[in-house]
Amino acid sequence: MALTDSQIERYSRHIILKEVGGKGQQKLLASRVLIIGAGGLGAPVALYLAAAGIGTIGIADADNVDLSNLQRQVIHFTPDIGKPKVDSAREKIQAINPDVQVRCYHEWINAANIMGIIGEYDFVVDATDNFAAKFLINDACILAGKPYSHGGILQFVGQTITVLPGESTCYRCIFPTPPPKDAIPTCSQAGVIGVLPGVIGSIQATEAIKFLLGKGELLAGRLLMYDALKMKFRDVAINRNPNCPLCGEHPTITEARDELDLLTVCDLEQ
Amino acid sequence: MTITVNGKKTDLPENSGRTIDSLLAELDVSQPLYVTVELNGEILERNAFDATLVATGDTIEFLYFMGGGC
Repeated sequence: MALTDSQIERYSRHIILKEVGGKGQQKLLASRVLIIGAGGLGAPVALYLAAAGIGTIGIADADNVDLSNLQRQVIHFTPDIGKPKVDSAREKIQAINPDVQVRCYHEWINAANIMGIIGEYDFVVDATDNFAAKFLINDACILAGKPYSHGGILQFVGQTITVLPGESTCYRCIFPTPPPKDAIPTCSQAGVIGVLPGVIGSIQATEAIKFLLGKGELLAGRLLMYDALKMKFRDVAINRNPNCPLCGEHPTITEARDELDLLTVCDLEQ
Repeated sequence: MTITVNGKKTDLPENSGRTIDSLLAELDVSQPLYVTVELNGEILERNAFDATLVATGDTIEFLYFMGGGC
């Protein structure tokens, strides 16, 4: 579909980039991205993808906005406290850009619903805050052949990798099994500097846009690590792991499943 | 013996019997039970930590779980 005059103006700074152009912008407008988690990472991802004119943004989160979220979850405002995060996020996305169609999933993603949901999208962003979800998203995306961006943060450090199923290193290639429950602290236990998800989430949004445009080099096969205290980025090349239980030579994981023993107290409260 | 650990050249006393397990202790690597070890570009199986010897020139990365996002 041709761009309208107003779209040409709105996306003019994209359109003058040779890597985007009018065609690239039309691609973005025809694209569908699912963001799982409307918290610290999900906030910048949703805001930037909305501004960029991603035609359909799905956003999944069962949680409501809490006062303690507002130090970093910049898509939610003080008057949103108590509101479902997906509703709060949808309002901001639509206020930024009425071109975007928003689909809300006011539920926790689990093994029973994830395959159906991710099937509707071109790219998935893992913006979740727990290992049960992170492993489930990785497994489902690999099994469904769905490219996705992984992001993780804690205190002052974050890491992200883009996963192209069957082509590049997956999360389980690096971490074959989840850590035992409570072995690794969460942000609510250990804290997180508010701007950190802004940095990592913005990188995840960049990867989504590059993937959709088919431009540049994706962060695939490389784990990017960021340390805000040292203000250093470092990326480590990581080959696919032939012993990966999911995408290795002899996979033992052949369907999406919930890591029930991993659900934290915080999840169970919901 | 010089190896590269997390991108940094690291000098270690000569020791031909140094395994990945003993390196974890020697460098006081945090979360030794959960750290992923990448040796020269390949992820090393945890059950190989005690049998894999560290050699001069090795490039080793310690990779950590990071579960936050909220």
